[in-house]
Amino acid sequence: MPEPAPPGKPPAWQDPRVRALVFQALAIAAALGVVAFIFTNTMANLRRQGIASGFDFFGTTAGFGVSMSLIEYAEHHTYFRAFLVGLLNTMLVSAIGIVLATFLGFTLGIMRLSRNWLVAKLAAAYVEIVRNLPLLLQIFVWYFGILRQLPGPRQSVSVLDAVFLNNRGLFSPEPVLKPGFTAIPIAVAVALVAVFALARWARQRREQTGQHFHTFYVSLAILVGVPFAAAAATGFPLRWQYPELQGFNFVGGMELIPELVALVLALSTYTAAFIGEIVRAGILGVSRGQLEAAQAVGLTRGQTLRLVIVPQALRIIVPPLTSQYLNLTKNSSLAAAIAYPDLVLIFAGTVLMQTGQAIEVILVTMAVYLTFSLLISLFMNWYNRRIALVER
Amino acid sequence: MYRFIRTLAFLAAVCTLVAAGAEAGTMDDVKKKGFVRCGVSQGVPGFSNPDAQGNWTGIDVDICRGVAVALFNDPTKVKYLPLSAKERFTALQSGEVDVLSRNTTWTLVRDTALGLNFTGVTYYDGQGFMVTKKLNVKSAKQLNGASVCVSIGTTTELNLADYFRANNMSYKPVTFEKADEVIAAYDAGRCDVFTTDRSGLAAQRLKLKNPDGHVVLPEIISKEPLGPVVRHGDDQWFDLVKWVLYAMLEAEEYGVNSENVDQMKATSKDPVVKRILGVEGDMGKNLGVDNAWAHNIIKKIGNYGEIYERNVGPRTPLKLERGMNALWNKGGLQYPMPIR
Amino acid sequence: MANRVQVGAPGTLILRPPATVGVAGWVRQNLFSSPANAVLTLVSLWVLYVTVPPLVRWAFIDADWVGSTREACDREGACWVFIRVWFDRLMYGFYPESEIWRIHVGYGILAVAAVPLFVPRFPWKHWVGVFLLFVYPVIAFHLFVGGTFTVDIVDLLAGLALAAGTVARFAPALAARPWSPRWRSIYPAFAVVALAWLLLGGRLVGGPLLPVSATLWPLVETRLWGGLFLTLVVASVGIVGSLPLGIVLALGRRSELPVIRAICVAFIEVWRGVPLITVLFMASNMFPLFMPEGVSFDKLLRALLGVTIFASAYMAEVVRGGLQAIPKGQYEAAQALGLGYWRTMGLIVLPQALRIVIPGIVNNFIGLFKDTTLVLIIGLFDFLGMAQAAASNAHWLGFAIEGYVFTAFGFWIFCFGMSRYSQHLERKLHTGH
Repeated sequence: MPEPAPPGKPPAWQDPRVRALVFQALAIAAALGVVAFIFTNTMANLRRQGIASGFDFFGTTAGFGVSMSLIEYAEHHTYFRAFLVGLLNTMLVSAIGIVLATFLGFTLGIMRLSRNWLVAKLAAAYVEIVRNLPLLLQIFVWYFGILRQLPGPRQSVSVLDAVFLNNRGLFSPEPVLKPGFTAIPIAVAVALVAVFALARWARQRREQTGQHFHTFYVSLAILVGVPFAAAAATGFPLRWQYPELQGFNFVGGMELIPELVALVLALSTYTAAFIGEIVRAGILGVSRGQLEAAQAVGLTRGQTLRLVIVPQALRIIVPPLTSQYLNLTKNSSLAAAIAYPDLVLIFAGTVLMQTGQAIEVILVTMAVYLTFSLLISLFMNWYNRRIALVER
Repeated sequence: MYRFIRTLAFLAAVCTLVAAGAEAGTMDDVKKKGFVRCGVSQGVPGFSNPDAQGNWTGIDVDICRGVAVALFNDPTKVKYLPLSAKERFTALQSGEVDVLSRNTTWTLVRDTALGLNFTGVTYYDGQGFMVTKKLNVKSAKQLNGASVCVSIGTTTELNLADYFRANNMSYKPVTFEKADEVIAAYDAGRCDVFTTDRSGLAAQRLKLKNPDGHVVLPEIISKEPLGPVVRHGDDQWFDLVKWVLYAMLEAEEYGVNSENVDQMKATSKDPVVKRILGVEGDMGKNLGVDNAWAHNIIKKIGNYGEIYERNVGPRTPLKLERGMNALWNKGGLQYPMPIR
Repeated sequence: MANRVQVGAPGTLILRPPATVGVAGWVRQNLFSSPANAVLTLVSLWVLYVTVPPLVRWAFIDADWVGSTREACDREGACWVFIRVWFDRLMYGFYPESEIWRIHVGYGILAVAAVPLFVPRFPWKHWVGVFLLFVYPVIAFHLFVGGTFTVDIVDLLAGLALAAGTVARFAPALAARPWSPRWRSIYPAFAVVALAWLLLGGRLVGGPLLPVSATLWPLVETRLWGGLFLTLVVASVGIVGSLPLGIVLALGRRSELPVIRAICVAFIEVWRGVPLITVLFMASNMFPLFMPEGVSFDKLLRALLGVTIFASAYMAEVVRGGLQAIPKGQYEAAQALGLGYWRTMGLIVLPQALRIVIPGIVNNFIGLFKDTTLVLIIGLFDFLGMAQAAASNAHWLGFAIEGYVFTAFGFWIFCFGMSRYSQHLERKLHTGH
């Protein structure tokens, strides 16, 4: 048993404040001790084995080629440029994957709530199958199982002689911009502004007079008409360049390498299964009273969905949805297994091999992903604060 | 109070645990363990390749067996660790293997910045290209715009880039880590060209669905001296691995082979042969092994010529001529340092 | 038509059609309630028609089942011969055939030990838990690795005494009879001596005092491990290893001491913020450099360490959820009883919190189980890695799909089963109180 408490001031080791200080000091000492242990060992090992250290390698010539790059890259560029190429490729595959996964995921979520029994069950079966299989396996199936089996360039599957699919990738016509093209994006921007203004005006009118103004067809007309007029005025400054079989493969046009296609398909179909569940839970999370109230004030089904369910469901959906986006971005690192030149393959793969500087390379790679996730959590906190304000 | 003391005592005990033991040289370490840990490829026929029973054969494997014979007079005292191109240096640096004998090219950067030591050249090689006969390509100069399958993180990848750059041609690299995946991608038509060392082309070709449907282009675009590698800074071990190879070459030069080695030991008057076979001098002692080390290597494994013929020579499926790998006095580049 | 609107399951609007009974009624209500619905139904039926029959034909009707060579596969369908030939590799990797019984025994012990956990009113569940978490790993290690192991009898006795003494000190109810309070005052000194002996004794004396070596079965090196066996080993070690670390981290994150909280938050968020593959790269490329010269660990151990650290960050978040769910009154009641921090946590809070988070732990396990496939990228041959290796074997090119279907089937059975189990637990916990 603890000895009886002495009268007056307790001894120092029983003072909670002293203890707190001691424990924290010990924690710091332990953490520093581990860091120092690792650091001294690493330094000793590097010195003994004569491995270079530092970040100077970023400035030296890379000397290796990359199969796909969004920025200009050639063998004579630096390792830093190669790093950027990998980073951009990671962002590209994540961006496409997020868009597709969101679209497919919302579809699945709504299908699962469908009144149609068969549709709901099909969606449920999809979710249960895809969610319970490793992502890497799904990437392999898409890449080695399906895309690998496609015919070679000379026997490509073609659609209207414009889009070609073979085991080297998907080739489609590429828009070539002629002078005067800048008028079109400007026209699109003008049309968008006009549509927003119209919607605002219509809402104000409704609130003031109670009269409805159907903005839909007018908006559509503006959105299509203004850019079309601009295009006609500048003489349709857009040409399509078609891919052509030349030498070994198709040349010209846009090319999606099979590694990218497989990765995007696998990432989006996998993540969609999780997003579908989030969407379903979000819609189910809107309380029944809200629906009854909406019907009581005489809203139509469409209005109920648009004005009552979706805004409230989104509040539930968005936080887990963002973390799914983050997961997708992190999962894109599995590219390394199928040779898609992302950050991990180019930087933590080839650059690590060629320079031998494992520590620097892996720390930088981790820092990049950590930055992504910090940015996403910042966004999430901001969003949560915002919706909290709306609520109260 | 007791609790506080207890916590302190426990932390103190944990801290004392963090004490590192001093390490002996690799040779003492290996002798103590009783076997050599040898890093090999994940399967390159003729160089290091496992059969269905898991027995390893090949030139690179014979170097490891040679080291084991020098130390233990037993070629089975080797543990093989298959390594990908990417893992190989880490495995050596971290001490997971004692010697890396895995068709590895000797370069300045590896010798210095990666903290390695190459002990010699087991096979003089050069990089080449393979394409399907259907493409009707006759020269590497016609490969502009081709997709090329290549192993990631190899000198091959860099030579490829240099060659296309020098000839002002473009190409698309398709890179994989495992050699099997590279050749599988090529076989499935993901790329037009497969590139690696020419010995590797001959070896990997055996894995294709239809080996005769492919042709090796005449260009040799690089120098690829392949050899065993050890860690920087352990000279005793470095010397042993180096001289195992020289002993095999020296034996061939002086006509000692696995069949006549006992007879030569008994009857040869040549002082060089006597020194090699440990009849005269203290060659083995200087290396820190038994004086009969070279005799045992030649008896149990053979001289370099025998090893070559057995694993990659014209009578094997690889059908590689001796070429650059003939001895220096027969028009080749293999020049063993004298054992004396 | 929609004269009677009824609200069905929350979030759905059911426009109830005229009275419905029988099969026809069900079909009409659920499949053809409106023209749009009818179209959806027909599209779904078409999707089923184009996918299911060809799949069945490929997987069963046209498939090749018998034979042992590649030539046996000459038909249009799947080549299950491929799976048959590679079955042992897919299950056990390159584990020597004569030693496979050891894996089976390991599985068997686990199965027998785990059965009581599923019996609702089994009284000694705690002891089963202790066995599975502390004793079984030791047994499994010797079973799977084997070879010669040396035990110092003195060390063994010290260890046993320490374990028994600790149980007697902290859980007197578990010990056979109540121990005298005197033991409590002796215990700290005893623990320090026993620990010091275990950690340093051998070094001080210069070797084991009473060594006993035994070789029950030959050594099987970890590089020969593979297939489903390796997948299970990695996932289990990851989850069991991450549990204690996760608990400590979760407690640290909720600590009132800012430094400890900061360290734990940083640790958790760093590992949760990076992909597992970079952690594995780090484990395989950097761990060797972190260690003193001459200390090296094998590839599997490095991967296990990486997976455990990674999983512990996720485990910490699961446990934190459980800690947050414990009502404040419990903490206050413990304080009112005069319990210190460790006893409050150890005796009051954690037992309740861990019970709540079991479904979360199972979900974590599912995630980890799927993620173990990543070890193939650092060159280990897990279940999927083995299928990949078999498919790129020169003699068996072209059967990748069969390999993937088989591994997919294996993974799916495990993951689906476990997710159902965790849902069942969740329901039970919700209705229990």
